[in-house]
Amino acid sequence: MSDVKPTKVIDARGSFCPGPLMELIKAIKEAKVGDVIAVYSTDSGSKRDIPLWVEKAGHELIGVYEREGYTEFVVRKKR
Amino acid sequence: MTKISIIVFSGTVDKLMPVGVLSSAAAALGYEVEIFATFWGLMAFRKDMAEKNMKISKEYEEMAEMMFKIMKEKNMPSWVDLIRQAKEIGNVKVYACAQTFDMFGMKKEDLIDIVDEVVGAGEYLERAKEADITLFI
Repeated sequence: MSDVKPTKVIDARGSFCPGPLMELIKAIKEAKVGDVIAVYSTDSGSKRDIPLWVEKAGHELIGVYEREGYTEFVVRKKR
Repeated sequence: MTKISIIVFSGTVDKLMPVGVLSSAAAALGYEVEIFATFWGLMAFRKDMAEKNMKISKEYEEMAEMMFKIMKEKNMPSWVDLIRQAKEIGNVKVYACAQTFDMFGMKKEDLIDIVDEVVGAGEYLERAKEADITLFI
């Protein structure tokens, strides 16, 4: 479990590639620097797409957690 | 800025889906996206065709029923919705091929609203020349 409390949680379960990534990017755009966004995803593409984008875009991937039937990505906006 | 240019020649849903998925992913990543719809690809953008298109590639015909059933069950966005979403978040332009347009006697109002302009092959090539990624689907 991560002890970082997300500023915002996006439940993108059931959304297909690249839906969860798109929702994360949108949320990051609207967030303030330092905000923590959690995304729930059931899409297989997210596992590679999200960490890759977070790194390229210069944010921080706090963690990737396997939950029951979905994956949770926790990201901090850095810039 | 990264730019992707896609020539959409095919008008079957199995090939239009990747056009939608790649366009929306590219737009989310901040790429500029240009879609040049030609021939059967442009026919797919007609108002009387776009949302009711049930065609899939001939060689996978027997899979059509299953594919559309799954897409409906899983509530997947259509290729049109995917391009529409991409346009909402990014710089995405859809160009109609002038030659196809004239050949089939199309009017701009025959096409769905996500089509921006009718352009010739010359203009398309000049635009595609600047792209980092070019695809023919």
